[in-house]
Amino acid sequence: MTDTTSRRNFLKMGVAGASVLPFLRAMPAAAQGNDTLVVVTGATINSLDLHRTGTSRASYQVGINCYDRLLTFGTKEVPGNGLSYDYTVVEPELAESWTESDDGLTLTFKLKPDATFWDGRKVTAADVKWSFDRAVSVGGFPTVQMKAGGLERPEQFIAEDEDTFIIKLDRPSKLTIPDLAVPVPYIINAEEAKANATEDDPWAMEYLHTTPAGSGAFKVARWTPGEQLVYERNDAWVGGPLPEVQRVVIREVPSPATRRALLERGDVQVAFDIPDKDAAELADTLDVFSTPVENCIHCLCPNFAFEPFQDANVRKAIAYAVPYEDIFQAAAFGRGLPMWGGEEEITDIAWPRKTQYYTDLDKARELMAQSAYPDGFEVPLSISLDLASWMEPTALLVQEALGEIGITVEIEKIPGANWRTAVLVEKRLPLHLENFGGWLNTPDYYFFWAYQEGHLFNSSNYRNDEVEELTNATLHMPMDDPEYAPKIMRMFEIVLDELPRIPLYQPALNVATNGAEGYEFWFHRQLDSRVLKAV
Amino acid sequence: MAKTFPRLRAIGWRVAQAVPVVVGVVVISFLLTRALPGDPAVYFAGVAADEASIAETRMAMGLDKPLPMQFFHYVGDLLQGDLGQSLTSGRPVSTDLANRLPASLELTLTALILAIVIAVPLGVLAATRPGTWVDHLCRIVVTAGVSLPTFFTGILLIYIFYYLLGWAPSPLGRLDFIYLSPDHVTGFYLIDAALMGDWETWWGAAKQLILPATTLALFTLAPIARMTRAAMLTALSSDFIRTAKAAGLSNRAVLYRYAFRNALLPVVTTLGMVFSFALGANVLVEKVFAWPGIGSYAVEALVVSDYAAVQGFVLAMALLFVALNLMIDLLYTAIDPRIGFEAK
Repeated sequence: MTDTTSRRNFLKMGVAGASVLPFLRAMPAAAQGNDTLVVVTGATINSLDLHRTGTSRASYQVGINCYDRLLTFGTKEVPGNGLSYDYTVVEPELAESWTESDDGLTLTFKLKPDATFWDGRKVTAADVKWSFDRAVSVGGFPTVQMKAGGLERPEQFIAEDEDTFIIKLDRPSKLTIPDLAVPVPYIINAEEAKANATEDDPWAMEYLHTTPAGSGAFKVARWTPGEQLVYERNDAWVGGPLPEVQRVVIREVPSPATRRALLERGDVQVAFDIPDKDAAELADTLDVFSTPVENCIHCLCPNFAFEPFQDANVRKAIAYAVPYEDIFQAAAFGRGLPMWGGEEEITDIAWPRKTQYYTDLDKARELMAQSAYPDGFEVPLSISLDLASWMEPTALLVQEALGEIGITVEIEKIPGANWRTAVLVEKRLPLHLENFGGWLNTPDYYFFWAYQEGHLFNSSNYRNDEVEELTNATLHMPMDDPEYAPKIMRMFEIVLDELPRIPLYQPALNVATNGAEGYEFWFHRQLDSRVLKAV
Repeated sequence: MAKTFPRLRAIGWRVAQAVPVVVGVVVISFLLTRALPGDPAVYFAGVAADEASIAETRMAMGLDKPLPMQFFHYVGDLLQGDLGQSLTSGRPVSTDLANRLPASLELTLTALILAIVIAVPLGVLAATRPGTWVDHLCRIVVTAGVSLPTFFTGILLIYIFYYLLGWAPSPLGRLDFIYLSPDHVTGFYLIDAALMGDWETWWGAAKQLILPATTLALFTLAPIARMTRAAMLTALSSDFIRTAKAAGLSNRAVLYRYAFRNALLPVVTTLGMVFSFALGANVLVEKVFAWPGIGSYAVEALVVSDYAAVQGFVLAMALLFVALNLMIDLLYTAIDPRIGFEAK
């Protein structure tokens, strides 16, 4: 991308030339005008193609801002915290309308007739099919995510005519439509991609890695990995309301202290994903949005493979010993939502929900005395060095509290590269912290990943036959099915009693702005630059 | 030819001596990265990957093959000048190094020049006037420079000169976003911008350099100043200085022609050492100033077991050190004619 944009072109695009520099120093915000926003983030964008192996999470934003999907989610207000996407409202993006057959097995999409790619070519159903074929064929994360919505094989996708795209499903599922609105199934300019594909690389992975070819709201004007990404508005975008800013600059600044200084000085307008501590401290002076991450819980996980944790009394004793409030304040600086001290009786299907546990050391000691380990035992508590900002204070507080009830805890810090293997793949850590969050916001989806045997985020090696059965039954069931709610509530009841994961708190995604508005929280936890405005 | 240019032959001999070193580095860096705990295939397959997609990723990365096979592939690629593909940055390692090494070198060299300009005169003054305020100043600067960690100095400088006073430009890396990076010739922005005659960009890049270079200079000037002072003191108390003084040479001639020149040898040695550790140790400065350098690149690659990137980094550093040592040896002969290559 950097090669195709010459200096001259870039300056022609109206970037404030170096000659106006002296003014920038004096009035940074005003001189930049209302057409450019600068965003700082600590994460690295390492590819412009989400489907590629090894693409970092931060890179998903290119899929969101530069490409369109068939569908997207609506917007809702979060009291006190700005805007959020709305899982319950699905809106068209590239599709003009869609219909579902009576048996729920055929979905028919009509594309917007005026939608064009950046090169001016019309978006056709053949492009949609090629893009979907690619997502289910390249393997890795995109293929897994497509599968969650029942999209597994190229034969399921049919380009009926230029404007009509059909999906055939093996079984009806409530997850299919939302899964079409996640970042993965984006529509690529298939002609451009195919022209740059090779025998060894039929899906043009190398080309699209550095050169996006989409129809989205922004084009990539420049990309310097490890430094910056510059978005330039696509004025012909029809996927939604045209962005108000002409250009968005994403700068990578690893040090949180530097990011904070830049934002406070007003030289940048958005600091994305700032630490909880900075969010708490900046909340009085700047606009800070701390949105609890939907369907995500920070948990303390006792592993069933470790013998003492097979004792229900031990797990409950731990749940009563954990100093929840202290952890919430020390690890999250009060950002997010508490997950303790709720009602035991389950009357709704809201998830994450507050557990019935709270800090009560006497009760914890009593439960330990009733267990098979009245004299306690020794156990390592494992944390990831990559996630040390919340895991370290949490682990120290847990260590201290469990010491009170006779469990001697030694904290084991594991490097980020080994963490995934140890905790999720080998599932060998006796006691550890974990933070799964599901993109699709239904309880059954969380259960599928975190409570079903052998599934990736079930790091506690938990197995309960009833939970297995109920999760399978509810996973594709519509949420308004009369059987759905009772089944879900039964699932809550079982796992909160058996406690393979002890919920601590629901974390928040923190974003601070100074001179920008319109920020919207998304489940994918990346910045949607399309809705930002300069003020 | 070799006879007429003994120095050339000596250089050739030194370069030849470096070959086994580089071969050793290639083998060791390969083995060490493989010995790192952790499974890169699992890491790069992503959060929600299952068994099958992990296996696919492993195959795509070539990690399913036995170790000797992987090594032969690596060496084969290396001989063709291919350092492999970094998974974290998604680009060829050689491209990454070509972009990031000059960034680090530019910062380190600027800092080093700054440090020399301050530390060497300070050391000389302190040695010629022991016990005076200059000597004390030297001691304070040296102690402060050694004891203040670079990330702290960096944040402090940002706080004062950017946040409070607003004198320094935004600490946003090598260039503010309104500039375009100069065309890549050497990768040193100051040189590239000067070559293009684009003085606005040159000034933009220079401004960005000031704070991080000062941070690093504060850290590196301590050993240089100390070594200069000690070497000068030793030289000034030696017999030949007494002789020179007795012979009635002017103070100036004694100090600069005889004492300083002799004191330079240990200083140059220190410079080489300081340069090499500053290049590796400026990771923290790079993080604080969002400087896209080689240090942060290597650390990030190491954290996720990005084999190709780590190996490329180690190899590049090894070559750099071989070159550096050669240069310092050559400097020795220039400073002190008694040290000749012929003797070796």
